[in-house]
Amino acid sequence: MLTYIARRLLIFIPVLLGITVINFIIVNMAPGNPVDMYIDPNMSPDIIEAKKEALGLNDPILIQYLKWLGTLLTGDLGYSMSSYAPVAQLVGERIMPTVTLGLAALVLALLIAIPLGILSALKQNTKIDYLVTGLSFIGTSIPNFFLGLALIYIFAVNLGVLPTGGMQKLGGDGGMWDRIAHMILPAIVLATAIAGRKVRYVRASMLDVLKQDYLRTARSKGVHEFWVTNKHALRNALLPVITVVGLEIPLLLGGAIITEQIFQWPGIGQLTLQSMMSRDYPTIMALNLIAAIAVLGANLLTDILYSAADPRIKVS
Amino acid sequence: MNDLLEVDGIQTVFRTERGEVTSVDGVSFRLKAGETLGIVGESGCGKSVTSLSIMRLLGKNGSIRRGEIRLNGRSITGLAESAMRQIRGSEVSMIFQDPMTSLNPVFTIGSQLIESISLHLKLKNKEARLHAIDMLRKVGISRPEEIMDEYPHKLSGGMRQRVMIAIALSCKPKLLIADEPTTALDVTIQAQILDLMKKLREETGTAIMLITHDLGVVAEMADRVIVMYAGQIVEEADVFTLFDKPLHPYTTGLMGSIPHLDADEEETLASIPGTVPPLQQMPSGCRFHTRCPLAGEKCMSESPPLLELAEGHYVRCWAAQGHMELSPTESSSMELSLPQTKGAMT
Repeated sequence: MLTYIARRLLIFIPVLLGITVINFIIVNMAPGNPVDMYIDPNMSPDIIEAKKEALGLNDPILIQYLKWLGTLLTGDLGYSMSSYAPVAQLVGERIMPTVTLGLAALVLALLIAIPLGILSALKQNTKIDYLVTGLSFIGTSIPNFFLGLALIYIFAVNLGVLPTGGMQKLGGDGGMWDRIAHMILPAIVLATAIAGRKVRYVRASMLDVLKQDYLRTARSKGVHEFWVTNKHALRNALLPVITVVGLEIPLLLGGAIITEQIFQWPGIGQLTLQSMMSRDYPTIMALNLIAAIAVLGANLLTDILYSAADPRIKVS
Repeated sequence: MNDLLEVDGIQTVFRTERGEVTSVDGVSFRLKAGETLGIVGESGCGKSVTSLSIMRLLGKNGSIRRGEIRLNGRSITGLAESAMRQIRGSEVSMIFQDPMTSLNPVFTIGSQLIESISLHLKLKNKEARLHAIDMLRKVGISRPEEIMDEYPHKLSGGMRQRVMIAIALSCKPKLLIADEPTTALDVTIQAQILDLMKKLREETGTAIMLITHDLGVVAEMADRVIVMYAGQIVEEADVFTLFDKPLHPYTTGLMGSIPHLDADEEETLASIPGTVPPLQQMPSGCRFHTRCPLAGEKCMSESPPLLELAEGHYVRCWAAQGHMELSPTESSSMELSLPQTKGAMT
């Protein structure tokens, strides 16, 4: 198991190198550069040119990449070209809010999707089933900017029970409950879409398992129908769900750009949008690197979890 | 001796998209303690549904519409689901056709064994585990302690069926229902499993209801045999009488379709033409008449009753009951009546 993980981690290195090369080229192909975005247009061209030279923007792209890679290998993510703050610090401040929100949304989504999926499968082709699959369709297809604004309108503006945005109340620490109150609406928005997708998976997987002979064996032993469903069937039905939940993790860690923007959530998603607007190359590259690591890490985690949950699968 | 199981005229129906179908129609039989009853017939004749009716594991769409099932004199047809759960796995237990799919792949052998032991025998964890190991040893599994912690996919089909038997017998049931227990196994393993079942039957005195389409298995195991066709019992006799003097043409047909090593090379293997009629389109009269070599006109219109022709030998056939010579007379009388009608018309 450990050698398997070590081997997978070694494979990460060339994959990550490839990803950064491609990202670097694409980011540089976008029109404009950090200097154009932030410098006063009345400034003399000489000074602009000198600034570009100082930031290394006039070097050939290969040299720029190697320079960036060189500093990365010393463990340094460089400095932001718009705020001049260290990128590591910028990103570091944003990671925890995104991870917290993402985890909350994922847990909430599974708490909704798993029971509803089971219910839907048990009541296949009844009104309850149609209602659940209908809701899952709505949950999947409703745009999160719309749902976000609608929830803000209802709960923050009209009812005034929840804050409109941010991570805590202005000017200070309102304690844990204040943070939770701020998290409720963005977590619901993110969870709605995830739950909408997962209900279908749980339902389909459960329907498949409900036909299996081993459930008849369990019933013939005198096991209560509740445990036949929630122990014997569910444990099997959740195996394929592990994979699709694993695929959600990088999406959440990469930052929910639109949701974070609507709720002014100070996370990775918001930073991504800001750094792209200002063509802040070092920050964009760092965020890309994090997203790539999140994808690879989540895949590895999925494989490990799968082999832990299903005795028939052994990683080697 | 008292009858352990009395099945009295049960009719089991299933709701389907195309209306209700009757899968088992008026089946009655008795089973004494320690006796082995074989139930034979083709696929779809209702033999599995009969056994699932006793366990009341008919699913959402199936139900027993008529008749009564008594276990030790107590009627279990009207019992609540919670009371049925007490019976399943403890008084009556079951093993199934395909051991490869009958065990849950994500739980260890031990946990699947202990589940029913702690449910019915109310043993503590440690005692339940010891009992489970003991059961595995009884069904001929070497290294039972290690097998307890293995998952089903590590075991062969024969081993898994042994585990199924261990689970089924772990709470000392009075009746074991074995639904095609050897059909999915290799021939050599089949013999081992049958030997094991015989040995355990002698040790525990459990009555066995053996459902199979293999007459060889019946000859090997059963005391008495029921032959089923299209949801009904067509013949019932003790095993020697049945093989010696089969009375129903369907039984004769089943026996004729067994290959023999000493048969003439030229001789083709007999087969029963046609298939079991679909449940929605049962033929009128005798249900077998569409495939029966002896069928006469009476068979097409009137359903034969199940009558006891010799002691303990029941058969549902007009020909065997000696009514067939009636049909020529009947048809000739019909011919005679025809001119008269014509005459009356002109």
